[in-house]
This record gives sequence, C-alpha cells and structure tokens, in this order.
Amino acid sequence: MTSAENAAPAALRAREAGLSARWRLALVAFFLVLAVAAPYVAYPVVVMQALCFALFACAFNLLVGYVGLLSFGHAAYFGSASYITAYALKAWGFEPVTAILAGTAVAALLGLVFGWLSIRRQGIYFAMVTLALAQMIFFVAEEARFTGGEDGIQGVPRGYLFGALDLSHSLLLYYFVLAVFLIGYAIIYRTIHSPFGQVLKAIRENEPRAISLGYKTERYKLLAFILSATLAGLAGSTKVLVFQLASLTDVTWQMSGDVVLMTLLGGLGTEFGPVVGAFILVTMENRLATYGSWVTVIEGAIFVFCVLVFRRGVVGEILALARRFAAPKRAPTPVPARPAPGP
Amino acid sequence: MLDWLPHIAIHIPPTQALFGQLLIGLINGAFYAMLSLGLAVIFGMLNIINFAHGAQYMMGAFCAWLALNYLGIGYWPALIVAPLVVAAVSVVLERLFLRHVYRLDHLYGLLLTFGLALIIEGVLRNYYGSSGMPYTIPDQLTGARNLGFMFLPNYRAWVIVASLAVCFGTWFLIERTRLGSYLRAATENPTLVQAFGINVPRMVMLTYAFGAALAALAGVMAAPIYQVSPLMGSDIIVVVFAVVVIGGMGSILGAIVSGFVLGVVEGLTKVFYPEASNTVIFVVMAIVLLVKPAGLFGRTA
Repeated sequence: MTSAENAAPAALRAREAGLSARWRLALVAFFLVLAVAAPYVAYPVVVMQALCFALFACAFNLLVGYVGLLSFGHAAYFGSASYITAYALKAWGFEPVTAILAGTAVAALLGLVFGWLSIRRQGIYFAMVTLALAQMIFFVAEEARFTGGEDGIQGVPRGYLFGALDLSHSLLLYYFVLAVFLIGYAIIYRTIHSPFGQVLKAIRENEPRAISLGYKTERYKLLAFILSATLAGLAGSTKVLVFQLASLTDVTWQMSGDVVLMTLLGGLGTEFGPVVGAFILVTMENRLATYGSWVTVIEGAIFVFCVLVFRRGVVGEILALARRFAAPKRAPTPVPARPAPGP
Repeated sequence: MLDWLPHIAIHIPPTQALFGQLLIGLINGAFYAMLSLGLAVIFGMLNIINFAHGAQYMMGAFCAWLALNYLGIGYWPALIVAPLVVAAVSVVLERLFLRHVYRLDHLYGLLLTFGLALIIEGVLRNYYGSSGMPYTIPDQLTGARNLGFMFLPNYRAWVIVASLAVCFGTWFLIERTRLGSYLRAATENPTLVQAFGINVPRMVMLTYAFGAALAALAGVMAAPIYQVSPLMGSDIIVVVFAVVVIGGMGSILGAIVSGFVLGVVEGLTKVFYPEASNTVIFVVMAIVLLVKPAGLFGRTA
C-alpha cells in the first residue's frame, strides 16, 4: 500500500523538454510577442481571465507535477485571497498592489496551516484532505459576514496603481495582469530549476530514497505547498481586479476541479502545459457560456478523455513528438523512467 | 454587568430540540455510514476512490423519483429497482472506463470518477434543473409516535433501522461469509486468488456494482427526507470524504461507526453552536490528522 501511494503517476515522469536552448528562446520570444499583442486581437478581459487561471494552474502544477501531491482544494487559496483583496479594495480603499499582497499573504498563511495538516497523508488521502479543508473554507465564506454570502463582494473598485495610474483603463490593466502573471511564472520557473526543485522531483520519484539521502522531505513538501498556495492566492487576488468581483464560485470544489482539469489537459508536470490548458478551457467556457450545464458535461468528458488516452496532455504530447522527431533512429521511448539530467 | 447570563440560558436547549437534532444527526449519520461503507468496499477492491459515489447516490434518489412520477412505481419497489438500475449503469461504467486505470496511479481513478460524476450531474441538471423536487413518504411510514421525551417520525425511525441493518449485513457479508473471504483475499493478492480459479476481474466489477447499489439505496432512502436534486450527491460526497479520512478506510466497522458518530456530532453542534454545524466534521478531521494521522480505525498511514 505505502509504496503504491508514494508512486507518482507515470505520466508525471514524462518530463523536461528535450528542446534545445535556441528553440526555447524562440518559443519564449514568440509567446511574449503574442502576450503583448493579445489585447489588440482578442477581448482583453478574456485574455486576462485566462492569464489569471494560467497562473492558478501553474501554481497547482508546482505541487502535483513536481512533488506528486494532488491537491483537490486549491480553490481555498484562490478564493480566500480574492475575498481579502476585494474587501481591502472596497472597504478599506487599499492601493491595488497592497490589496493583492494582502490577499496573497492570507493565502500563504492558509497554505501554511492546511499544508501542515494535509502533508501528513499521501496519495488519494491527501487529495481528500485538501478537498475537505477547502470545503470548510467554502462554508466559512458562506457564513462569514464580510464575504457577502451568496452575493459575494461586488463592484470592487480597481483603484489607482501606486496611487497614480488608473487601472480602469483596460490596456493598462491588461499589462498589469500580464506583469503579475510573468512574475508568478518566473518564480515557479526558478523554483523548478533550483536545487530545491531538484529535491522536490526526487521526492516525487521516490520519497523513501530522498529521506534516506538525508532530506527532511516533510519540510520540502510543506514549503512547496505554501509556495503553491501563495501563487494560487496571487492569481485569485489579481482576478478580483479583472472582474471587480469576489464570490462563492471562487471557493467551490468545482473551482478546484477546474484547475485540476486545466493542468491535466495542458500536461501534468510540464512547465507550460497549465498555461495552455487554462487558455483552452477559458476560451471554451466563454464560447459555450450559453449552453449552461452542458459545459459541465463537456468538462467531465475531457476529464475522462484525458485520463484514459491523453495523460500527457497537450504540451506533454507535443514534447513527446518533438523527442521522437529529434531521435528518429531510436525505437520510440514511451516515457522516460526518470527526468533527464539538467539542461 | 451580568448581562451574559441570559445568553447562557439561551444556549441550554430544551430537550425537544436536543433530541430532535440528535435524530437528524443520526439520520445524516446513517447516510454517511452507508456511503463511506461503499467507498471503503470499492477502495479495498479497486484501489480507486470513487468520486462518482455522490452521483450514484443522487442517481438512486432520481431513479426513485422518476419511477414514481413516470411509471407509478412506489417507494418499496424503488428500494430494489433503483439500486439495480444504478448497479447496471455502474457495471457499464466499470467495463468501459474504470478497468483501464487500475494499473495506473490511484490519482487517475479519482480524476476519472470525478469526470464521470461531472457528466452525470451535468446531464441531469440540464433536464431537471438544480432545484429540489419533493418525494412523498410512503403511506405505511407517515405519522410519528410519541416517545414521551420527543416525537419520532416513523419514516426517520425506519431509515435508522434499515441503514443499520444494511450496514450490518454488508459487514457480515464481507467479514463472515465465503464470498467475503474471497473478496478480502483478492484485495490482498489478486494474482494468487485468480490462480485458484476465481474470476477476479468479474469480482472487481461486481464489487463496484455493489458499492454503487449501496449508494443508490441510500439515495432512495434519502429521497423523502431531503429534496431530490441533481446536486444532492456533490453536497454530501465531500463530507463523506472527510468521514473516510477520519475513520480510515482499513475497516468496515470503522466506516460504519465513524459515519454514525460524526452525524451525531454534527447534529449536536447544530444545537449548541449552529454557525459551526457545517464545518464541524472538517474540524474533527483536522484534529484527527494531528493526533492520529492514519485515521481512527486506519491501519496504514
């Protein structure tokens, strides 16, 4: 039982791009240009929504993809940060960055407590514990007075960035959201490629061995959990500026499920997968908004499809193709047993 | 200066309210017990946490409601028919989807059944909306009897007795019969059991169907108490997960006991501190994680 609980999903081991540095640079440049140009070709609000969810999914992926811990309650950090930020902006008249930091700090604190509790269990128990703890936050948000119950906190003012720049200007807001996303993404990127990130991957692959090598794995797991919760909170706080709203939707288990789906669809444990997944799902939800609950049915179907035949996700499949393309002579290697040595 | 006194007086509830909430707690506990029991049985055999368990519970209630309103099939036949229908659907789900993930990490089973739950819930919500629909108590069980200290509605008494019987029956089936010993043996070592000529894949399939039927039976019994709605399953499943974490999935008896106890704890919280009644089970879970991470009846961490 214990060994099975420790084993990370096979597809999680499909890892690390075999892409050369030049390709990487080209891709990064391409996506940066795309990101800067996006508000001129698409609805800025939709792109901003996608960016917030992309950051949320990346934060979630840090935990599931690199530590092998599936949290089914990430809505708790996303949602509570969004409530705090909304309240700080509306009731206390905070400056936007301070309000975002306040929300993020609360998410970090929550991540500390919940992470400390939930890393006592592994595998599916971990998923159930995080889900249950998040549901507790949902009920608290429903009952507490400052959250506005069913109505949520509506009509949140966007305020003036650093007290000077009016964020109700949609282009300015877009570039602000983009900057937040890039900062969050950079933090995750640095974490993954740091010695700390290497230890996390070691824990994912074989926790008993990491322990026997002298790593206090509990501490690493907790730190990763807090970091993940914090960045999920950053995403939730930023979302408030976009929609001027914090509501119960942000803390439901459906929200936790959505972020799992985004990551799964984009590619668990791939650096860029969650971003792709978030953009696909946000686009889909906006296109199909008129179909009501059929969106739920489609989401469920995507879950089933991904689990059964598409476990690597979009980015994972592309990387696998690229690998096969790069080494046509070798027999197709399905999934490497362990991550390739550093870049 | 002593204005806190009346507050205390208010918080000492009349016995009527106390026993009333205790009864509601027992009823909720009965459903928690039946659902966590099914989860434990399925997990033991399939190594899958069945997220669709709530959906199967809801389908049970829905089957009863549909049978009554479209086919004129009443409560008593529904107690048999609905679990059979849900079990049949679950067999199809197992053959089509679930059996492909047994060899993968547990998490994929969770994600797959989560997806299935979304599909089932979404489809029913499209056709029946998300508001609750009433299901009348069968004639034989209407009314209540006076126990002296409280009124006990007959239907609620029936639910408690019936669920206790079902729980005990399941425990007996698994722990005390030959079939149960096959099951337990196959949980420990499926290859060896298969070598003895027992069709383990079929047993796995039937176990899933049995767990789902248990959930559906709970759903039928719940239909007259709660409203029948596509959302009723997802409302309860998260709480049942917490119950499972508290009890640990190692033992059948543990699932039953923790289900009933936590229902009662929830009911009592409603009397003494109503604001916390929704969260108390999660708080208990957190405390159990601190004190005994493996769960109260769990064998491994």
